[in-house]
Amino acid sequence: MGRYADNPAAIKALFRGNEVHRDVYIDPEIYKLEMKHLFANAWVFVGHESQTPNKGDYFSTQVGDQPVIQVRHSDGEVHVLHNRCPHKGTKIVIDRAGNTGKFFRCPYHAWSFKTDGCLLAIPLKKGYENTGFENSDNGKGMRAVGEVRNYRGFIFCRLAEEGISFEDFFDGSLSSIDNMVDRSPAGRLEVAGPPLRYMHHCNWKMLVENQTDTCHPMVAHESSAGTAVKLWEELDMPEGTPLPPAMEIIAPFMSPYEFFENMGIRTWPNGHGHTGVHHSIHSNYSAIPGYMEKMVEAYGEEKAKAILNENRHNTVYFPNIMIKGPIQQLRVFIPLAADKTLVESYIYRLVDGPEQLTARTAMYNRMINAPTSIVGHDDLEMYERAQEGLHSNGLEWVNIQRLYEEDEDFTQEKVENGTTERQMRNQFDAWVKFMTCDMDDVREAAE
Amino acid sequence: MSVSKDQLIDFIYDEARMLDEGRYDEWLALWLKDGHYWMPLDYNQTDPINVTSLMYEDLFMLKLRVERLNGARTFSQKPKSRCHHVLQRPFVDEMDEAAGTFVTKTFMHYVETRLDEQFLLALTVRHDLALADGKLRIANKRVDILNCDAAFRNIQLLP
Ligand code: FES
Ligand SMILES: [Fe+2]
Repeated sequence: MGRYADNPAAIKALFRGNEVHRDVYIDPEIYKLEMKHLFANAWVFVGHESQTPNKGDYFSTQVGDQPVIQVRHSDGEVHVLHNRCPHKGTKIVIDRAGNTGKFFRCPYHAWSFKTDGCLLAIPLKKGYENTGFENSDNGKGMRAVGEVRNYRGFIFCRLAEEGISFEDFFDGSLSSIDNMVDRSPAGRLEVAGPPLRYMHHCNWKMLVENQTDTCHPMVAHESSAGTAVKLWEELDMPEGTPLPPAMEIIAPFMSPYEFFENMGIRTWPNGHGHTGVHHSIHSNYSAIPGYMEKMVEAYGEEKAKAILNENRHNTVYFPNIMIKGPIQQLRVFIPLAADKTLVESYIYRLVDGPEQLTARTAMYNRMINAPTSIVGHDDLEMYERAQEGLHSNGLEWVNIQRLYEEDEDFTQEKVENGTTERQMRNQFDAWVKFMTCDMDDVREAAE
Repeated sequence: MSVSKDQLIDFIYDEARMLDEGRYDEWLALWLKDGHYWMPLDYNQTDPINVTSLMYEDLFMLKLRVERLNGARTFSQKPKSRCHHVLQRPFVDEMDEAAGTFVTKTFMHYVETRLDEQFLLALTVRHDLALADGKLRIANKRVDILNCDAAFRNIQLLP
């Protein structure tokens, strides 16, 4: 047995309020426990409903390390099933997406299942008569996850049968998803093409923390954004020349510290939070002709303005996604091992919105988040250097102390200076909570 | 001026060699100023604009990309990456002498390395070439990666 299994006290000791022990990033046992506890007890993003628009449409992905299928059942609802045949374990679907018709059929011995997972038929069924098969869990069909929620098109699930409700888990943080969806005059998003897929040899939490790390862009991205600004200046365009779209996207990365300090960070309970309370790097994108008019038509002037004046930068939904409301982007940080994370970056089009906004979002995605993106190269270099550096025995603790206050209370929503590391601390507070909430305590049992 | 098939083929080989040898100023000079380097994300992708691509870059972005490679604070290039193209003989698919426009398709293997990592990509590369001031130039370049839908690590140089 390892040091941390069934030892909630040891888990709690990894987070001291202003610092966190390196084991949370590099220890394989911690990774296994995260999959068993944290990713089972939290509400985790699965996909978008527009990835499975028609009955029988499915999409396969992972929740933590669990292979799952998102599928549109015959009643029109989206279900999430474990991707495992109840017979011998064969994965039911291997391709990333498709349509299975009215039922799934296992390719090995042809057991078949309704699209809600229920067992439909088994060839030579009489071979199971008088064997007690009907009492076995495997006889019921493909296992569904604990609970599923479709929130405005975004599908989340909790693997555990019992646990925190969707509402209690997300609470006020859903305002970021609301704002992203409300930007469509029809109040609906649709996925636009496949996601970028980018493999990182670092712990998934480094990527999540980086989403609200406002002290790195002007340093780590000097090579890309700084060079862009320099090249643009060298072109010596006449005063007032509008920035080309690429410069609109990349130049704000070089904004000074004050810009990030003043943008503000808001934290919500359970590890959620966002940068860009007052303004963000997305604030000064040029307006798209005709869009405001459509929004006013759909929502009325006051509400339309309120929706578009919100410019939240990155919203982290604990444990492992980030959304950018103003550009309709979602990034999911899929943990594959303590030192391996698959990042998938999706973009969405605004139903009834202008296609130019989709084009801008697609440009943002490929410029910033692709394996071929120069900004992506800057970030990945830092994560992987950290992953290697943490093996040094020189120090064992990682510092997350910026603007720390003693006895921080994460149960209340709070807005602070945009360079605080409070959101990282908020994530670790939630991390401890969902790691330990269903953990047995061996030492208690021994007493 | 007329252009022979051999000249087109030589042009493709020369371009790959410039990339492998890091002669980026010469390489940028090969481009027409409104050209785009497109690397689709999806197999048989038709739209470079409204869905994500790996790259869809105009000359400003390409210049930024190669300029960055030599920056003093470009940490992901310390140490530098190296790359290597192996080309099959290019197919000349279209030759419009009157318009001075040409299309070639070339199958390549591309190897990139940095530190202890090295990867191989199988590429299909389409060049749209055009005559400008009596010289062959790249009007557009499309690079399709055989496993474009795979999860990649950094691709830092130009396949
Ligand atoms: S393994 Fe699926 S039917 Fe046998
Ligand atoms: Fe970054």
